[in-house]
Amino acid sequence: MLDVLVIGAGHAGCEAAAAAARRGARVGLLTFRAEDAGQMSCNPSIGGVGKGHLVRELDVFDGLMARAADHAAIHRRMLNRSKGPAVWGPRVQADRKLYRAAVDGLLRETGVEIIVAEAIRLIINGGRISGIDTGDGMLRSRAVVIATGTFLDARMFCGEQVIEGGRRGGRASIALAEQIRGVGLGQGRLKTGTPPRLDGRTIDWARLEEQPGDSEKWTMSVLGDGSRRPQVRCAIARTNARTHEIIEANFDRSPLFAGAIEGRGPRYCPSIEDKVRRFADRDAHQIFLEPEGLGDHLVYPNGISTSLPSDVQDEFVRTVAGLERVTIVRPGYAVEYEFVDPRRLNQSLEVRDLPGLFLAGQINGTTGYEEAAAQGLVAGLNAAAAALDLEEVRFDRRSSYIGVMIDDLTLQGVTEPYRMMTARAEHRLVLRADNATTRLGEVALAGGCVSERRRRQIEGHFSNRSSASWGETGEGRADALYRPYLERQEREWAIVRRDLSVWIPASLDYATVPGLSNEMIERLRSARPETLDQASRVPGVTPAALSALYVAVTRRIAA
Amino acid sequence: MDAVLDALTSLEGFRPAEPGEFTRRTFENGRIDLTEAEGLADLIEAETESQRKAALALAEGGLKKQVVAWQDQLLALSAEAERAIDYDEDDERLDTALQRACGGLAGELCEWLDRPRVERLKGGVRVVVAGPPNAGKSSLLNAIAGEERAIVTDIPGTTRDHIEVPLSLGGLPILLTDTAGLRDSDERVEAIGVERAGRLIEAADVLIWLGEPNEAPDQVRTIKIHAKSDLPNRGAAPEGSLAVSSTTGAGIAELLDRIKADARTLLPAEDAIALNRRQAAHLAEASEALAEAAVAEDVVLVAEHLRQARGAFDRLTGRAGVEDLLDALFSRFCLGK
Repeated sequence: MLDVLVIGAGHAGCEAAAAAARRGARVGLLTFRAEDAGQMSCNPSIGGVGKGHLVRELDVFDGLMARAADHAAIHRRMLNRSKGPAVWGPRVQADRKLYRAAVDGLLRETGVEIIVAEAIRLIINGGRISGIDTGDGMLRSRAVVIATGTFLDARMFCGEQVIEGGRRGGRASIALAEQIRGVGLGQGRLKTGTPPRLDGRTIDWARLEEQPGDSEKWTMSVLGDGSRRPQVRCAIARTNARTHEIIEANFDRSPLFAGAIEGRGPRYCPSIEDKVRRFADRDAHQIFLEPEGLGDHLVYPNGISTSLPSDVQDEFVRTVAGLERVTIVRPGYAVEYEFVDPRRLNQSLEVRDLPGLFLAGQINGTTGYEEAAAQGLVAGLNAAAAALDLEEVRFDRRSSYIGVMIDDLTLQGVTEPYRMMTARAEHRLVLRADNATTRLGEVALAGGCVSERRRRQIEGHFSNRSSASWGETGEGRADALYRPYLERQEREWAIVRRDLSVWIPASLDYATVPGLSNEMIERLRSARPETLDQASRVPGVTPAALSALYVAVTRRIAA
Repeated sequence: MDAVLDALTSLEGFRPAEPGEFTRRTFENGRIDLTEAEGLADLIEAETESQRKAALALAEGGLKKQVVAWQDQLLALSAEAERAIDYDEDDERLDTALQRACGGLAGELCEWLDRPRVERLKGGVRVVVAGPPNAGKSSLLNAIAGEERAIVTDIPGTTRDHIEVPLSLGGLPILLTDTAGLRDSDERVEAIGVERAGRLIEAADVLIWLGEPNEAPDQVRTIKIHAKSDLPNRGAAPEGSLAVSSTTGAGIAELLDRIKADARTLLPAEDAIALNRRQAAHLAEASEALAEAAVAEDVVLVAEHLRQARGAFDRLTGRAGVEDLLDALFSRFCLGK
């Protein structure tokens, strides 16, 4: 009998499994193939603006991603360096093989049991999860985390070719997808894309603009040992008019436009076809050429995700200066997959209507490794809580990007793949990539999910904060810089908190609240906010509806 | 009409609406915003033609349209700031065009804030009649008001306190105030009146001064009156004073013209939208935030100030600030209108 069973060994699954294990749960991690743990499906980089913040927060809880990224880092850049420290985004390019080995190693340290099998069906007893059926046998467990990423009834599109699977060389989870739909959790389909992989030995590097890495020593994890791998060179190339002509001429062969792909793609990392069509007046789009690893000739051209047929890819890629003689080792493709409406989850990522079941990662409609990993942490910590009767670990949008993401997903749902950006955080000035330990250290300690080494680091950090020399540290100086703005924000928020910290009884029938329109009742019913504060963020809720709710709830309490 | 109402109220499921209930529901359902609801409240309370016109402009969404236009501009500025933060691979320097645009918008809001506000339209332009005892103030007030409102006697010190007469002069709302004659007094009630007169004079929009011309208090708009001009010993009006007789009516028409001319400069223009105190406060917040954005050194701070400006607009239209909302709107309707 397991305490927690995690389905899927992607970024979300590995973090979930490890987090649950750190809280003392007996954990099983289900995967199609053992070597999938730590696989980076797409872009070989970790971090960035907003995403980097998530990774640093995950690190405070002893998550795997930051340490694995440091272990495998072959190029580092602190983005937004010329701007204020609140938006500095640490970004690391990782050697794929080293990253996977690091995740694998860290996982093994936790005692998680890796089980190679397919999850065919969830076993539900009396409205609660009690395990899964692998086709070969049942696995009983008190809590289950589904972290299947892009594999749920997934299809890959490359020109006219359609293959079932969630990643090149990976299978699709069809039976599970059907059950999830059957239980009423399915919402729709989303798509994400990947560019072709190039042979770096056929790139004319000398003619391309170099993008140097940082010489300063910073690490993703505060426990990073700072040991440096040899660093690789990255370069910037650009598409041109000829490139765009070829792409335009082949719009009708793009499954994206030909209607084969129904899922909505992200607005912000669209395929090159999208970019060419939407920004027709731009005569060049940037391509960041990122080597995938030391001693690896594969290069990832960031910026030209595509699902055009491979012959078209060959043609247009070679119009780029510096890439005239390039060989495409693997063509780019689009993946379309099923996702679940995250409004069906509470803020622990547990399915409200099916206790014991947790969902984490791209299945909830997000895009990106970092977003997936952070959700894995939340689901893992709370799946362990459910299984072992421990305290839940909650994240608040006022103190973490993880909180922002969970709040956004569970209250507003998604209509396109959700990607973290600092713009989503109204408390951006507080949520810096350099002060994650300050913000979350106590929560991590209270969660009982950190190693001894981490505990010492957190405690040491807090005693540094009260030392005389704190003001001279980077974090100390940033605190001082933003203090006047933060004091003002605090005043704003104190008022809101006072008004809205009231809990809404789960049994409240919105139809009985006087003054709510039918539309408002519908929205509130879908979102099921737990507090008035959350209710205020449900899209379309008017202030007057909020005050009607306030009156109704406080009257009930008084009665 | 009564019969129809009776018939309706006797039906199952029907009841009379409470004061302001329709407006409240319309607002709750998001069909109108707070400024339009305020306009409706103003419309109900309007007593003069210009008040009615101003209220109508507001109720029909005049301010809302302008605010939406500003919000659109603000959103575009915010979007640019956010783009510079979240999507700037090249780590570019802050775009001066963005900050100039912030400053430009701040300036536009300031222009609006300089315009006459609606309080004078509702409460009337404060025209205060002042001077030493027995100068003819009360008679003049009665002559202007066209009826017996003040007690006139020969005894100095008759007006103990002050009398306020709301008037409509050519459609313009005026609050005409008679005051106690200014003199030192041992008598307590009179002394209080004199003190209050001093404050009224200070707060006056237009001062009608019946005393010695060179003793006139320092006020921006002062009309110096040479009262009781019909009396034989009075002589001609000195330079800069207007000869007036409450008894014969001489000079009254000219006085009224001058009052109206002054009042027009203080009242909102016929078709302009006039802000009330609440609206002006929020607009001022937005303007200040934009001015700060214009000079901030870091795009993160620019974005933060723009966020504050957006919040101020939300409070203006009632989309934010639960408590403010309750205060601003529902208390007015509870007064039974």
